[in-house]
Amino acid sequence: MQNIRILTAGDSSLLIEFGKEISPEINRKIAATIQLMKEQHIEGVVDMIPAFCSLLINYDPRVISYEEIRERMQALVRVDARAGETRKRIFEIPVCYGGGYGPDIANIAEHAGLSEEEVIRIHSSRDYLIYMLGFLPGFTYLGGLDERLHTPRLANPRIRIPAGSVGIGGSQTGIYPLDSPGGWQLMGMTPVKTYDPSRETPILVEAGDYIRFVPVDEAEYLRIKEAADRGEYQCKVHEEEV
Amino acid sequence: MGIRILKGGMMTTVQDLGRTGYQSQGFSVAGVMDVRSFKIANLLLDNPENEAVLEFTLIGPTLEFTSATIIAITGGDFQPQVNGEPVPMYTALYMNKGDILKFGSARTGSRGYIAFSSYLEIPVVMGSRCTNMKSSIGGFKGRKLQAGDYMNFRIKRRYLPFFLSRKLEPENFDQDSAEIRVVMGPQDDLFSKQGIETFLNQEYTVTSDFDRMGCRLEGPFIAPKETSDIISDGIAFGSVQVPSHGKPIILLSDRQTTGGYAKIATVASVDIPKVVQRKTDHKLRFRAITVQEAQNLYLKEIKELDAMRTIIHQPCKEVLDCRLVAKRLMKLFE
Repeated sequence: MQNIRILTAGDSSLLIEFGKEISPEINRKIAATIQLMKEQHIEGVVDMIPAFCSLLINYDPRVISYEEIRERMQALVRVDARAGETRKRIFEIPVCYGGGYGPDIANIAEHAGLSEEEVIRIHSSRDYLIYMLGFLPGFTYLGGLDERLHTPRLANPRIRIPAGSVGIGGSQTGIYPLDSPGGWQLMGMTPVKTYDPSRETPILVEAGDYIRFVPVDEAEYLRIKEAADRGEYQCKVHEEEV
Repeated sequence: MGIRILKGGMMTTVQDLGRTGYQSQGFSVAGVMDVRSFKIANLLLDNPENEAVLEFTLIGPTLEFTSATIIAITGGDFQPQVNGEPVPMYTALYMNKGDILKFGSARTGSRGYIAFSSYLEIPVVMGSRCTNMKSSIGGFKGRKLQAGDYMNFRIKRRYLPFFLSRKLEPENFDQDSAEIRVVMGPQDDLFSKQGIETFLNQEYTVTSDFDRMGCRLEGPFIAPKETSDIISDGIAFGSVQVPSHGKPIILLSDRQTTGGYAKIATVASVDIPKVVQRKTDHKLRFRAITVQEAQNLYLKEIKELDAMRTIIHQPCKEVLDCRLVAKRLMKLFE
């Protein structure tokens, strides 16, 4: 981590660049930095935007000046981040794959030269790191999709993709947090609300967490959906050593 | 007891300083475009700094008051009228039950603000009353206002001390061109020396692609060294992004939280109001200042706003003149 750069982004923001590549190590360093900032509670910081390999910090110059925050952050990023990387949170996201829930799963299988069952097995057999959230509230940029499942986007994007849809777009996989137009190949649906504005924490996950897709059948999907609609479904969360 | 919207205008929304603290989860900040005009509107009524207002764009709304309150109108000149009579801007105005407040199109500037002494009854969502239209949250049902919408007031507040002193010199948004001060970076190093010179020395024109998300400019090509594509990172209010087509886009209130184009500079906070009050075909020139200069300008503006507060808290001279008061009282009995 030699190449950390602190850049100015106007009179009320700093951009800390941790590197110029997408890697789990850099992402962990960012998560650890945020953790440290929360612990130290730097007065005047109003918002933070972690991204693939950078962290934008918005601050109030009435409370803390550019020189002061720059100095604090310089000291902070020098701290060895290992303390922050002992545990990871994994969210289990139940998915009903195929059929009417995932109308494009046949496209994905055909493109990969695999059966639908194999596509489901591969997709649900690894944990995906949430590199960042953006684009829409709660939209997760996940890393680590198996190369066999990389599938080009639809030539003709859909006007409306329902919230909860799980799909693949190029080398990415993810969940649509709310109804949205989009061109991803849809492979299934989760009954879990990853975004619910009426919930105390509207967004379920944070950058740095992991997502594990767990296949469920339609009966189970409907059962969970009913509970989720009542606001009574709790996602299973594992904590594991990194 | 509140206001009824008779005409929505082009784009009228409930706004405050925005929904901060949730950008890491993908929520845009939204909030007012012209922070200065917003602050002055609330200041004229001794409202809390972050009280929700109505922001309107290019064509203003028409509203009916279903109870008395005090309002202040700031920003561009939308030729406001109450019951058909012109009323001053940057002044505390007493509105009676049944009054109709009507705005025309923007004669100067492009955004206007109305603050209310009785506060709009709008639920707080994630710490803010502002409208985020993309996520359909906050404000009035997460959308822009239209005819028939009705909003209550939260409190009855129909008296303000020093009422007659509550007026300020209206801001001038009349210029066709403006100098916009910027702090270079974060990715100015991705542009060639030539590209940076072009950006700082040439004139840019505001296109019609100008909304709450951003303002696209037309003008000479700003050359990157190699590419202006970057790995997506966070965007600040006023970021000047230059995609590969080489034309700058200034990112504003409804900007996405992250983006994948290099940002050559960031507009100084005090100059963002100048940007958002431009209209299509207006000209802009950029001038680089240091981050310290930009912060000093910002702190100076805070002091300037404090000084305005002092001005409006003076007893009105006219009231101290007995003869004038007597004359005014006489009128009431005529």
